[in-house]
Amino acid sequence: MTVLIDKKSKIIIQGFTGKMGSFHAEEMIEYGSNVVGGVTPGKGGSKHLNLPVFNTVKDAVSETDADASILFVPPAFAADSAMEAADAGIKTCVAIVDGIPSHDMIRIKRYMRRYTKSSKMTLVGPNCAGIISPGKSMLGIMPGHIYKEGRIGIISRSGTLGYEAAQQLKNLNIGVSTSVGIGGDPINGSSFRDIIEKFETDDETDAILMIGEIGGPQEVAAGEFAKENMKKPVIAYIAGLTAPKGRVMGHAGAIVSAYGESAIEKVEILKECGITISKNPSVMGDTVKAVLEKM
Amino acid sequence: MDIHEYQAKKILSDFGVTIPRGGIVYSPENAENKAREIGGSKWVVKAQIHSGARGKAGGIIVCDTPLEVAQATDKLLGKKLVTNQTGPEGKIVNRIYIEEATDIERELYLGLVFDRSSESIMVVASTEGGMSVEEISKEKPETIIRSKIEVAVGMQSFQARELAFGLGIDPDLIRRASETIIGCYKAFSELDATMVEVNPLVISKQKQILALDCKMSFDNNAMFRRNQVSELRDKTQEDSKEVFASDRGLNYVSLDGNIGNIINGAGLAMASMDMIKLAGGSPANFLDVGGGATPEKIVKAFKLVTMDEKVKVILVNIFAGINRCDWVAEGIVEALKKIEVNVPLVIRLAGTNVEKGNKILKESKINYIEANTLEDAANKAVAALKG
Repeated sequence: MTVLIDKKSKIIIQGFTGKMGSFHAEEMIEYGSNVVGGVTPGKGGSKHLNLPVFNTVKDAVSETDADASILFVPPAFAADSAMEAADAGIKTCVAIVDGIPSHDMIRIKRYMRRYTKSSKMTLVGPNCAGIISPGKSMLGIMPGHIYKEGRIGIISRSGTLGYEAAQQLKNLNIGVSTSVGIGGDPINGSSFRDIIEKFETDDETDAILMIGEIGGPQEVAAGEFAKENMKKPVIAYIAGLTAPKGRVMGHAGAIVSAYGESAIEKVEILKECGITISKNPSVMGDTVKAVLEKM
Repeated sequence: MDIHEYQAKKILSDFGVTIPRGGIVYSPENAENKAREIGGSKWVVKAQIHSGARGKAGGIIVCDTPLEVAQATDKLLGKKLVTNQTGPEGKIVNRIYIEEATDIERELYLGLVFDRSSESIMVVASTEGGMSVEEISKEKPETIIRSKIEVAVGMQSFQARELAFGLGIDPDLIRRASETIIGCYKAFSELDATMVEVNPLVISKQKQILALDCKMSFDNNAMFRRNQVSELRDKTQEDSKEVFASDRGLNYVSLDGNIGNIINGAGLAMASMDMIKLAGGSPANFLDVGGGATPEKIVKAFKLVTMDEKVKVILVNIFAGINRCDWVAEGIVEALKKIEVNVPLVIRLAGTNVEKGNKILKESKINYIEANTLEDAANKAVAALKG
């Protein structure tokens, strides 16, 4: 998309010189992402992977005009890094890291309220696979080759289930405009609703596949938004029909604690919002195909 | 992470909340002495397990003499209590809390949770203490009052006052009630809690405001900076397989079925369980070995799943991204050299280098059933069950 990243996006890696940062920076560069440098406090002025290293995100932005960043910093420092990116004028920031305390996520969200809508950074994640616009840019850790270029937008809480969907679509010769992993945590930077709204205005996207799961109010909020505001068709799959109530299913946010948070309840509510439901995870691709054929 | 009632009360007391006098004991002799030390003429013997609804399960006994306290302790120690929250297997009582009895005038409800919609801390109160919050919202929803707290500035006195007046507390006691509510809020926000529930919060005949029972849960992701809280973990209250898993960095939830799962990614794991159900089977567990699915994690996962005697079939479903199927396949082959698997094994690999991965599995001579899609994997696992 072009809604979040494109070929021109200038990417910096926060936590650049660490093992994870280095590995995924190389993967992104190989995919064709425009990585322009990275930040590791204290290592400013040096080179890593033939790219400049900066002490602060502000330095990186002023030297490289970077507008996107991806965080590979340990959970304890992730909130600080995300706020630093927002303050330095980064437009899109992806937090891959799993394990950020919920209290820290709330702090980030409050901090970002100081910016107007037009100057506010879009934070995606944490605990996610990141963003890919196939053929253009990858700001994430996904296997780029499973995504075919095309016109379906994918939004997923789960990383591997998002891959599953991309693969199913590719097998049916259907491509993806952008895939956004919003992550499995209870409090995240961007919700389904935030991203679905961006897809509605994206002229490279025809339909949206939303992959949700048990826990939290975000799938329903997106469904209600879609019902009122969207012209493009939305297809959804909700994982966790067999998940017991009150248990955390891997993702910190995957826990049923209120009405409307179980898979069955979410499916019912989304149906009422006019969203097409993929009845099981094996037919996400087929369900998208059927919707496209009716368009 | 959950903690015991007595631990939660100690925390609240550190934040200025009044609690009845009490102490923890591990033996009947201990209990008798503790009762004398506390003094008074009536005591409550409370089994410490990670569950609510202990009273109905016989876990709370009121006693009139220190001897009775000792007898009640003897009766409860080592017993498995089954409540409507523990599941049929129940939870073992290893610790007993002895507390002075309270003359109750009113029982109130006070709870604090994260509100995921507004991304703030929600304080929920009701005049109907003693009932669970689910029961209150079903039977007396009109008694519930809520206050949304702006985390950046914290709870203000007026917000606590509004709640206290809303609960119909005497004007004389409003100040103390507000301090109590703010104490609970501070415990929540300063210790990375995800839930604080005081139920009941009581007003005694002596006009004291007391936390009579309390439950607290904490954010596992924040335990790195909360050593004093993480030390309160009591592994005897957790499923032994889940403890084994969490100690090894695996996400595991024990379930009732007989198809064991080894899957990478929480979403894919839930989706695979859904497919098993649709195919007519029932999962024995949720197990996410992590997006990376490293060979070490796969070995640990096999160890964990084979520990479960219910498991009659094992389903491995790995979508390899960055990590590549050939690498995952080698991990599986390695694991099967170390761990004996005596039940049918269904393996579905997908993603990067899937052909190479499947070739390695085939050439390894391990005994398994190959599956190609999610649906195929679930169908084959259920078929293998039926033999």
